Amino acid sequence: MNSMQRVLTTMSFNEPDRVPLFLFTGLQGARELDLSIEEYFSRSDYVVEGQMRLLKKYRGDCISCSFYAAIELEAWGGDVIFQPDCPPNAGPAIIRRPEDIDRLQAPHVSDSPVLLRVLETIQTLKARVGDTVPIVGTAISPFSLPVMQMGFDHYLELIYEQPDRLAKLMRINEDFCVEWANAQLTAGATAIGYADPVSSVTVIPRELYLKTGQQVAKRTIARINGSTATHLASGRSLPIIDDIAATGTAGLGVSALEDLATLKTAARGKLTLIGNLNGVEMRRWTVQQAEQAVKCAIAKAGRGGGFILSDNHGEIPWQVPDEILLAIVDACERWGNYPLDWIE
Amino acid sequence: MQNSVQSFCNALESLDRIQVEVLFQQALSGGSAIEVVEQLVVPALEQIGLRWNEGHIALSQIYMSGKLCEELVDRVLPPCDPDRKLQPRQAIVVLNDYHMLGKRIVYSVMRASGFELFDYGRMDVAELVERIIRDQIRILLISVLMLPSALKIRELRNALNARGIQLKILVGGAPFQFDPQLWQEVEADAMGLSAADAVAIVQRWAGEMT
Repeated sequence: MNSMQRVLTTMSFNEPDRVPLFLFTGLQGARELDLSIEEYFSRSDYVVEGQMRLLKKYRGDCISCSFYAAIELEAWGGDVIFQPDCPPNAGPAIIRRPEDIDRLQAPHVSDSPVLLRVLETIQTLKARVGDTVPIVGTAISPFSLPVMQMGFDHYLELIYEQPDRLAKLMRINEDFCVEWANAQLTAGATAIGYADPVSSVTVIPRELYLKTGQQVAKRTIARINGSTATHLASGRSLPIIDDIAATGTAGLGVSALEDLATLKTAARGKLTLIGNLNGVEMRRWTVQQAEQAVKCAIAKAGRGGGFILSDNHGEIPWQVPDEILLAIVDACERWGNYPLDWIE
Repeated sequence: MQNSVQSFCNALESLDRIQVEVLFQQALSGGSAIEVVEQLVVPALEQIGLRWNEGHIALSQIYMSGKLCEELVDRVLPPCDPDRKLQPRQAIVVLNDYHMLGKRIVYSVMRASGFELFDYGRMDVAELVERIIRDQIRILLISVLMLPSALKIRELRNALNARGIQLKILVGGAPFQFDPQLWQEVEADAMGLSAADAVAIVQRWAGEMT
């Protein structure tokens, strides 16, 4: 099987030849090309070259074409702060007072040089790999984007205290998210990672999610012309797994803070789980610990398909050594072959 | 008081502002402001912190309840009130990172618990060292979200050691939750999983220092 066949098989809840592996090494492409993170993301051809080298080196089953989360804020007129050893951060809020929402206008993808750079990257990668490897695009959910648009504290206050303005902001963000996700699919992305950390029960209670984030996700995902996988960026999901499945999404990135076997039982036949290797601890793993962690994850969630081995955040930290990433790949290839008869 | 704490806690978790206000005023009619802080607000925030640590309540509830309590306590115990626990001198900062919510929560809960502390906002190591020296800080609370920012704490400790500065460092944030050994690796003195943990740890240190 090639990577595309492997991923599609597991996502239809069947067992492929082996457990697919998604290593979200977006930043590490810069290291491969000996560039700073800022330089690396400044040109489409750099990212294409970096991702192609990483695909060969780590033998993963997808190409991640998300540049960095703050790129969406950049499209809205915000600033991005680059540092040498970590993901780019969003600069100051573009919504400084709730009243700014009343005059807010979303950018168009076709007018945004940074988003067009992502689309160019997807197109070139698609030309290189065709239908053999899934290309995963990313769109930040309309419900989670305001964390960057207005700051987390002010956004939580808006959610609780100004439902009408929240609804207005969601309408604007939903249109943008749909346009952005569909542009990536048109460019050649196989699926969209719907990044929605605010919907996690780590951030808001389930009752509030059902009234807010879930409604937004249902409306938005219905208008995206392809498959989505929801990612809560390390946030917990167990109490809302059925609710997330009801949004129409096909996959779910799950947290290392929850038991993978319990998650698998809850998601079986409804969602493909993506996770949940601990990206923070990974930095100081030994090769043996990496192998053990991979074995443990496969043993808990591999059977029956519906599982993609990955980290739990959707982004491997810059500080994780190459040796450990390669140990994860080796362990997946050694212990992930179906049927998983070695599991008692 | 136990029943009042539970009712206050329930009202805070559900963000029932009216009930929170009623219970707070009832408590004030039977005790001084600092007694109400210590016997009602702090135990309620401790309980909420415990429920956060156990995964029963969400960050949004922690944030909104802490902010609400901070507003209540500010009304009856203004920043200059002698009953505020000003000593030892302490500050809170987001190191290197640009994610401010964790600091905002801990700052609110600390102030709602009667503490007064400097809010340094976001700083790099060099700037922070100078402020610590200038303000004669003895307890520093550091909030981070990203792993690279957590690793900068050791850089801070080394810079402070090089200047002969001794102070207690309390750290918190997602990297420490995902890697329970990390706080020791970066040479912090303690790690808190919640704002209520921060209050308990600072209270203990303050007792040891006076």
